[in-house]
Amino acid sequence: MTSPTAAPTPTTDTHCPYCSLQCGMRLGDGVGGVPEVLERPDFPVNRGALCGKGRSAPALLSRDVRLTGPLLRDRPGGPLRAAGWAEALDRVADGLARARERHGPDSVGVFGGGGLTNEKAYLLGKFARVVLRTANIDYNGRFCMSSAAAAHRRAFGLDRGLPFPLEDIPHTGCLILVGGNPAETMPPAMRYFRELRENGGTLIVVDPRRTRTAELADLHLQPRPGGDLALALGLLHVVIADGLVDKEFVSERTTGFEAAREAAMAHWPDRVERITGVPAHQLREAASLFGTAESGMVLTARGPEQQSKGTDTVGAWINLCLATGNSGRPYAGYGCLTGQGNGQGGREHGQKADQLPGYRSIEDPAAREHVAAVWGVDPASIPGAGKSAYDLLDDLGRPDGVRVLLLAGSNPAVSAPNAGHVTERLRALDLLVVADLVLSETARLADVVLPVTQWAEEDGTTTNLEGRVILRRRAFDPPEGVRSELWVLRELAARLGVATGFPVDAEEAFDELRRASAGGDADYAGISYRRIAAEDGVFWPCPAEAHPGTRRLFLDRYATPDGRARFAAVTHRPAGEEPDAEYPLYLTTGRVLAQYQSGAQTRRVAELTRAAPGPFVELHPRLAERLGVADGELVAVTSRRGRAVAPARITDAIRADTVFMPFHWPGAGRANSLTNPALDPVSRMPEFKVCAVRVERAEQKVTP
Amino acid sequence: MTPRIAVVGGGMAGARFAERYGALGGPGTVTVYGAEPRAPYNRVLLADVLTGRYDAESIALPLGGAEARPGCEVVDLDPAARTLGLADGTVEPWDELVLATGSNPVLPPVRGLRRPDGFGLAEGVHTLRTLEDCGRLADEAVTAKRAVVIGGGVLGVSAALAFAALGVRTEIVHQGPYLIERQLDCEAAEVLRERLLALGVETYPRNRVRAVHGGEKISAVELANGYRLDCDLVVLACGARPRTSLAYGAGLPVGTGIRVDDRLAVSGNVSAIGDCAEHRGTVHGLAGPAWEQADVLARRLSGADPDARYTGSLQRARLSTGDLEYAAFGTVNETLDPGLDVLRIADATRGTYKKLVLRGDRLVGAILLGDLATVDALAGAFESDGPLGGHPLHLLTRGESR
Repeated sequence: MTSPTAAPTPTTDTHCPYCSLQCGMRLGDGVGGVPEVLERPDFPVNRGALCGKGRSAPALLSRDVRLTGPLLRDRPGGPLRAAGWAEALDRVADGLARARERHGPDSVGVFGGGGLTNEKAYLLGKFARVVLRTANIDYNGRFCMSSAAAAHRRAFGLDRGLPFPLEDIPHTGCLILVGGNPAETMPPAMRYFRELRENGGTLIVVDPRRTRTAELADLHLQPRPGGDLALALGLLHVVIADGLVDKEFVSERTTGFEAAREAAMAHWPDRVERITGVPAHQLREAASLFGTAESGMVLTARGPEQQSKGTDTVGAWINLCLATGNSGRPYAGYGCLTGQGNGQGGREHGQKADQLPGYRSIEDPAAREHVAAVWGVDPASIPGAGKSAYDLLDDLGRPDGVRVLLLAGSNPAVSAPNAGHVTERLRALDLLVVADLVLSETARLADVVLPVTQWAEEDGTTTNLEGRVILRRRAFDPPEGVRSELWVLRELAARLGVATGFPVDAEEAFDELRRASAGGDADYAGISYRRIAAEDGVFWPCPAEAHPGTRRLFLDRYATPDGRARFAAVTHRPAGEEPDAEYPLYLTTGRVLAQYQSGAQTRRVAELTRAAPGPFVELHPRLAERLGVADGELVAVTSRRGRAVAPARITDAIRADTVFMPFHWPGAGRANSLTNPALDPVSRMPEFKVCAVRVERAEQKVTP
Repeated sequence: MTPRIAVVGGGMAGARFAERYGALGGPGTVTVYGAEPRAPYNRVLLADVLTGRYDAESIALPLGGAEARPGCEVVDLDPAARTLGLADGTVEPWDELVLATGSNPVLPPVRGLRRPDGFGLAEGVHTLRTLEDCGRLADEAVTAKRAVVIGGGVLGVSAALAFAALGVRTEIVHQGPYLIERQLDCEAAEVLRERLLALGVETYPRNRVRAVHGGEKISAVELANGYRLDCDLVVLACGARPRTSLAYGAGLPVGTGIRVDDRLAVSGNVSAIGDCAEHRGTVHGLAGPAWEQADVLARRLSGADPDARYTGSLQRARLSTGDLEYAAFGTVNETLDPGLDVLRIADATRGTYKKLVLRGDRLVGAILLGDLATVDALAGAFESDGPLGGHPLHLLTRGESR
């Protein structure tokens, strides 16, 4: 099928570099050699639609905004200077080797990202275990996906963001979207929610802010930040009281209902109203809409997940699905809208401190044996579980912590919680090595900066939020001084005495990943580049070439030992930090339409920065009046960890007890200077979405 | 040695303490002794169990790994020896004791209320405190034609609504000046009375029941003014009194309730929470404060926060039964204090009544009845206890409630 807008010049079918939707796009040479983005209407996920971020992505191919050669710092505090690759790699290899020699293998660490392709994530994990022999590898997906992942595994025995394709959404009867704002974070997905309503379905949005997404909802529940867990328990309570439990489903396909019911009985409507601020009558209305619908879905995003009780919160929403029989059948179920471009795949193939490729546990002897055989190493040589992301960052540069860090595809100086402290820890390292395509805030702190290729300059797979493995294709040549991470890993491995096992060709790396994942939960064995291209992506698990892939999970059984889904007996608990006399307001953080994550990429795109030039503090008119602040005036937001200053944006779309800041910017307006690294006990996810702050008029102008 | 924690009373407070203690990782073993024959359940839902909305089996509460000992009435307590005695004669040792004995329904001085032999209530006369009460009432409601509820507080109104829902003609006799006078003002109570009437429930405030008539089975109640209400079912909802006899017998300090300090400690290793406890002169008698106390005590005894203190609870009342709802916060009767301002919106046709009581620009009390759209903003303003900012009308009208 040829798109009517296709350019006469040769084009390449690929995918967007940004979020987990991984929209299909077509790249052409454009006019005068300026790359252009064309529609790819035949790709099912986005059917040609793209948001401003995707459309403007080629701006990052320009030499003006990106790194074009390695940079080195000769002495601490000195300037970064241009260097050749050989010198830079020698310096890195030397630093890694010396730290290992002096302080042992766990003194070197690797920090990856959920934006890296499957091939990069896989080889980064292999590099850590086989070459560095360190337990300390983790990634920024811990900040993004880990609570949903943990709850998924607890309930279903398997973690895939959505158990169904997006195209199922318009066919469900009632959908509850909890703490997600796709209208700004993944606009092309909104068509599915609009179609749901056009088909007569009901959309309920749960968010402390009346977001652009909430504006579209039939019912908007506006709880206090941190209220999501109690809200889900309250809905289950009403579902039980109103006799809307699917008893047959519960008895045939689940275990643990009684304990979940008892927990729900401790959350009756008046009490839930008191905890969450959601009026009891709205709770009843939502429970009735969801419980009486022919089928229902619950989707969560970072709102409920990025909490120190994120795993339990997601578990409570899964309970609601299970109790109403909305799971394991078509057009129903629980799903998570993943965040980063490869948020799903990035967590499956060994970037996580506790996991090996194929979503295998690093503690499982059989898993170790399988992966060791693929890698050609002794199973005993594979280290055990290491520190999770925040613990790892918190330990940097300490006597017993990591002394040398290799970081790729992440910008924790902006995106980590308690970012001021994390920046100090990064500075305390003996050697910080950052591989990135731009000079991010974290790269600025590095001793060695390695310029690497980006999406349109390399082949590689990602796995989108549906569990669909898709293929990015190389369309353009990178600048002369830029190399792929795969090449960097091979060169470093060779310098450290491992001459083989680090292919530079992405397809070759993928074929090894397939073998390593074979038999695991996330089984890619039957997926090939050829199939992905021919089938518009392949859904895992796909254990064999002849297997069609798995579009819908759990239709016959769950991935638990007894095949049943498990209810979670969870109860409400307060956030790690609740407002008090000194810090009387909630701060919640999130994203805006024109920026992406730490902004390292999107802040370098003129069109996006015009649309969203800087940070702001969203606050309610009544709060503004109490503080004596007018729209656009600078306000200072202070938490126990730090202070941020940004202009006020006054809107009645937010609760009067809550302020909101987007987290895309560094400097004075850095939202993560304030956030609380209280960790979920299971997932080790930090609490980005709730902390206590004080807000005041800022006395003087502050330049960021 | 693992500390043994005995909780006397398997009601709301005892169950909540046990669950929280477990959730906070407390090192001890917790045993919950309950006089009722079944494991702890959510008493707040009883009126809805009566209507059949909840089945009795489904309202059990979580205990967080504690051992429930239903049907085990504690009859004796020795704080010095750290033991308690059960009705069957066994003696159980403990290292920490939590008294959560709750309260007993108050029986009004009414002739004919008790059986002729003096033991128990006359046939057809009930309290509504336990699931057993609920079961008996539900059975009798099937054949009952007319019910009289004695007492027009929140329990009485809830019970009357439940009977109305079951199709039993119901009347409330209330000694006070108007319904639910502890939580509402007289205008709100009047709106509530109108709404009850629309649901078929007649109310007689400022009336006292003098006698219950009938032999084997009651036939009528007689009011102090001589008026007779024919009925075949009577529910007593005249308030509750803390159960303190166990503590009193053990020589522990007892006033209206068992006296506790801000640590919720009575003395030594004995603490008390919930309806039986008197803190700074106040016995709350509501589930909300009982759970707040249980949470504080669990934090202290589990070791999660050894310095946890309870400093009191905000006055907050809530009824949400079907389409009859109200919320009341703090001081609602401004007539007692000339320094208070009042903002009031009443809509007789819609049956709604809303009121703010203000001191300067601070909210000290509020009522929402029939229209709860702004309950979240109101609760927030009440809890934050700061200057309101903006015209306070936004706390009463939906358009500006956001």
